[in-house]
Amino acid sequence: MKSIEELKAIRDRTLKEMSIRDNEDKMRIVVGMATCGIAAGAKNVMNAFIDELNKRNINNVTVSMTGCIGICRLEPVAEVFDATGEKTTYVKLDAEKARRIVAEHIVNQKVVTEFTVGAAER
Amino acid sequence: MVYRSHVLICNGTGCTASKVPEIMARLEKALAEKGLEKEVKIVKTGCFGLCEKGPIMVVYPEGATYCHVAPDDIEEIVNEHLVKGRIVKRLLLGDKDVEDVAKSLDNVGFFNRQVRIALRNCGVINPEVIDEYIARDGYMALAKALTEMTPQQVIDEIKKSGLRGRGGGGFPTGMKWQFAANQVSDQKYVCCNADEGDPGAFMDRSILEGDPHSVIEAMAIAGYAIGANQGYIYVRAEYPIAVQRLQIAISQAREYGLLGKNIFGTDFSFDLDIRLGAGAFVCGEETALMTSIEGHRGEPRTRPPFPAVKGLWGKPTILNNVETYANIPVILLKGADWFNTIGTEKSKGTKVFAIGGKINNTGLVEIPMGMTLREVIYDIGGGIPKGKKFKAAQTGGPSGGCIPASHIDVPIDYDNLLELGSMMGSGGMIIMDEDNCMVDIAKFFLEFTVDESCGKCPPCRIGTKRMYEILDRITSGKGEEGDIEKLELLAENIKQSALCGLGQTAPNPVLSTIRYFRDEYEAHVKEHRCPAGVCRALLKYFIIPDKCKGCSLCSKKCPVGAISGEIKKPYVIDQNKCIKCGVCMDTCKFAAIEKK
Amino acid sequence: MSEYVTLTIDGKEVKAPVGSTVLEAAKSVGINIPTLCFLKGINEIGACRMCVVDVGARSLQAACMYPVSEGLKVITNSPKIREARRVTLELILSSHEKKCLSCVRNINCELQKLAQELNIHDIRFEGELQHYPIDDLSHSIVRDPNKCVLCRRCVSVCKNVQTVSAIETVDRGYKTIVASPFHMPLKDTPCVNCGQCIVACPVGALREKNSTDKVWEALNNKDLHVVVQTAPAVRAAIGEEFGYPIGTPVTGKMVAALKKLGFAKVFDTDTAADLTIMEEGTELVDRIKNNGVLPMITSCSPGWIKFCEHFYPDMLDNLSTCKSPQNMFGAVLKSYYAEKMGIDPAKIFVVSVMPCTAKKFEAERPELASTGYPDVDEVITTRELVQMIRESGIDFRNLEDEEFDDPMGEATGAGVIFGATGGVMEAALRSVPYLLTGKDDDNIDINVVRGTDGIKEAELEVAGIKIKAAVAHGLGNARKLLDKVKAGEAEYHFIEIMACPGGCVCGGGQPIQPASVRNEINLMAERAKALYQEDQNLTYRRSHQNPGVLKMYEEYFEKPGGHKAHKLLHTHYVAREIYPEE
Repeated sequence: MKSIEELKAIRDRTLKEMSIRDNEDKMRIVVGMATCGIAAGAKNVMNAFIDELNKRNINNVTVSMTGCIGICRLEPVAEVFDATGEKTTYVKLDAEKARRIVAEHIVNQKVVTEFTVGAAER
Repeated sequence: MVYRSHVLICNGTGCTASKVPEIMARLEKALAEKGLEKEVKIVKTGCFGLCEKGPIMVVYPEGATYCHVAPDDIEEIVNEHLVKGRIVKRLLLGDKDVEDVAKSLDNVGFFNRQVRIALRNCGVINPEVIDEYIARDGYMALAKALTEMTPQQVIDEIKKSGLRGRGGGGFPTGMKWQFAANQVSDQKYVCCNADEGDPGAFMDRSILEGDPHSVIEAMAIAGYAIGANQGYIYVRAEYPIAVQRLQIAISQAREYGLLGKNIFGTDFSFDLDIRLGAGAFVCGEETALMTSIEGHRGEPRTRPPFPAVKGLWGKPTILNNVETYANIPVILLKGADWFNTIGTEKSKGTKVFAIGGKINNTGLVEIPMGMTLREVIYDIGGGIPKGKKFKAAQTGGPSGGCIPASHIDVPIDYDNLLELGSMMGSGGMIIMDEDNCMVDIAKFFLEFTVDESCGKCPPCRIGTKRMYEILDRITSGKGEEGDIEKLELLAENIKQSALCGLGQTAPNPVLSTIRYFRDEYEAHVKEHRCPAGVCRALLKYFIIPDKCKGCSLCSKKCPVGAISGEIKKPYVIDQNKCIKCGVCMDTCKFAAIEKK
Repeated sequence: MSEYVTLTIDGKEVKAPVGSTVLEAAKSVGINIPTLCFLKGINEIGACRMCVVDVGARSLQAACMYPVSEGLKVITNSPKIREARRVTLELILSSHEKKCLSCVRNINCELQKLAQELNIHDIRFEGELQHYPIDDLSHSIVRDPNKCVLCRRCVSVCKNVQTVSAIETVDRGYKTIVASPFHMPLKDTPCVNCGQCIVACPVGALREKNSTDKVWEALNNKDLHVVVQTAPAVRAAIGEEFGYPIGTPVTGKMVAALKKLGFAKVFDTDTAADLTIMEEGTELVDRIKNNGVLPMITSCSPGWIKFCEHFYPDMLDNLSTCKSPQNMFGAVLKSYYAEKMGIDPAKIFVVSVMPCTAKKFEAERPELASTGYPDVDEVITTRELVQMIRESGIDFRNLEDEEFDDPMGEATGAGVIFGATGGVMEAALRSVPYLLTGKDDDNIDINVVRGTDGIKEAELEVAGIKIKAAVAHGLGNARKLLDKVKAGEAEYHFIEIMACPGGCVCGGGQPIQPASVRNEINLMAERAKALYQEDQNLTYRRSHQNPGVLKMYEEYFEKPGGHKAHKLLHTHYVAREIYPEE
């Protein structure tokens, strides 16, 4: 270790990996991963969320799973909780849509209305 | 690598002893079977502190805290929680609203009243991965000290923080460093006392197991402050996990150049070695510890000269305890002013206690100085089991004393504890309820000192033995008029004459119990009665005729044939034959046997 | 340039040198603070807590360790201090086997004296006593842990002064005991039998293996011709036991007492010392001339010999092959003397009176029976001789001086000074010129090898040959010297090593002086004075002038290093492990 910069680099890199363990309020993506969701391809969706967040170096958003959300016909389903607890439910997802949600909702704070349950039900 | 989930498993000694290795193996296997190795990360951590509920497992991002996890629970945790995202409620900590499991660890009373400085990383990081320590600002304090501060500024900051030694005496750490820094010598040493030996105390072990780098970093800072380039960590050989993690941590720090030559490109070089103690309690005394490091029989020597002047191999040496060191990096990073906001006027910061005995949440807690005993027992400790009455708390181990219920609202700090006839000690806290006999407790602690006296000076070697013999006599019903006074006389002279701090404080458990519970002593001596019903020789078992159904079961179970009678009529215990084993009482289905 | 500080002791201002202790400062103004474990220069550990004083600290401090400082206020006498000392002493007494009347140290016991001084009449804290087996398997030393007060004086002398470490404190708490590693008997350890532990012990926990009964038995056996030889150092110290000041030579009275005890002949080991010089000096000259193993090291001290066998087995060839004077004399008595007197050597019983406990072990060495009989049959220490004299009702002080017996009574001053450190070297250096050139030089008082410095060096030029010599006394000093030689940092032709600090005058078999005396005077130097005084007064002061010795060569041994001499007066050594492997 010859400089503080090196130390800071290690810190920032590792912090990203560890941010999942923080209990501070932050955005969460919860993917429905019950049998119905998995059958509809939820796993791909989840991986896409994780991958896209990684690519963009976003480490204050956690991705987690939940059970059946109750709208099996609209699976794969994911819910995005923002820091204030506001919830947006996205349905009929695939990997491509997941990446767009990251780009628009997570990065730019703009709900991707066309994928929401509201739009699908309309 | 980012994972969607982190599973933190306590790898402290307590949980390890409860099948954690098997749990880890099962978990790895189950994750592999489900193909989740790339999504779920297993993180070995140090102690969470809630040892009573171990083995502990925390699953993030939900923060679901599972307790009493058994190897057989793993399949369910993986299938339900990690695959389907459904939290396994039956394993959750506490009885709180299980719907709101996120951040549950922080929400339970056990944790939310704590202020975790020394334990900041315990249960949070993987102690075997230096990067995780660095991620939590590890080694930043060392970097700051080396590049932005002079040694004197470091010492001044520590002085200003008011940090006092967490190993027992509470000597101001900054002052100790200043003494050593003032010495002119070709060689100085920094030592860490990890020879934790008080019965029931294990905070140092937990820090070494859960956050070894915090100690390493602090020792390097200390080395910089006093002008030492070599350190020794004296740790007891009975702490194999701590030793192993320390070894890993030291080699990682060396690899990163955080130990070794020209740290952070400065002129400062520092390295560390581990020395194993063979388990003598006395080696926790600083001069004995150094004598042991030098390769001799671990025995204290007279002071002065003090270690800061003539320590290890006759060179200026500072010796601090593990918990003291763990505070140092935080103080340098956040500043003495921040540290000063925590605690009382003369006792700054926090103190880690190992609470045990008659308490619901046994375990490790870090509380701000000044918290009352009541808060510790009821808010954090969850109260006394079975709704029994709190009688006293023993702090300071064999050097400390008892704080009676009447002082339950005294804020805990160094000076208050001393005034009460106890001491902070290394932080053991044993809670006693109405069923504890204080004479017996004093005897227990004294027996420990008798065994662990190094034997160098007669007051400790013989004096504590004679005190023990008197206590043994008292608790066996052979107490004589004048025994209590004899105990006091011996105690006073041992305090005055013994060579080292351990000898001088050895009588404390007896003196403090006599001070607060003299009536109990007198009951033993004068009435040959043990009010708490503990001292077997003083007890008598009786059959209550009204309750006895004459079933004869007790008579059959009695190992010495002391119970006789006629079927369906009340039985009688022959007091001359009775050996007071209590089997009859345990056997009786009608609660017809009492002891008094 | 010693600096002084001013402190107050019991209200009195005292000036004391920087670095001195409260104990010393108090002594300088006539305040005696009681001590037990303190033995100056040897055991300074503040363990026994008898010397506690009040310096205003949280607890009382040990005066023997507490350094003086400017403005220090000390109280040495107050109710609190007196009680603390009494309680501590009562505690020690409560764990001590108080068989005082039958104790070897009865009336010469520091614990007894302390109990008297501290006004102890009643022990308030009696309790459990530990019972340990007595280790009496060694030829030289008996250890009785039941009497041990754990002052550590023996441990310190064995470990720090002698660097043997045959004993240490082991176990903890009330079970703490001074013992050998793994509780082995002393005889199975590298103990060199020097007995320094015995003379350091304040009580009766250590004593010599007593041989007086065997000597009485021999004296009572009409079939035996019982003769006695006395080592030079005995006469320098035995007077202490009969009220003479330390350093008074009492040779004549000692001889008279031995004759009264019934020995057929009383001989002087000094004669054998002269013989040793003839043999050893010749050996040295031979080694120097013929490129033999150098440095040659003296072999008079059996403690040193065993130390060398254990710790420097690679240096056994450096040892002179000469037997020690005691054994040379024994061999002479059972060969030359027996022949001359016409006595069957089997009927000759040789007793030696030695300042030494290691001599008891030496006498038992099987390799030292070159006449076919043990050279020496029984060894008693100076202390044991005192016991026999007392037991016999001999009024030592009023004895008429008597002379050693012929034919070997007459010794030279060179033989006498063998008893002090440097003495063998000085004696050798007095004779080496003659042995090399056939002529004496002018050097007779070779002061550089006298005195009590741990290591002394001398250089002597004889007939163009420069002889470099060194003297070490105390095995710790010997170790330092040998390590230097082994490391090639020093080169010598001849080295004298004596196991005991001060040489034989302070041997492990000598009268025991309490710490109160040893802390105040240089016992080594005081006792040596007696020998140098006797040396001054003798007609012959060089070994090769000893008429008896010359006669012996003429009548029997032919010449130094001759065939017969080699058979009877020389020996060999065995390498020993420090601890046996099993």
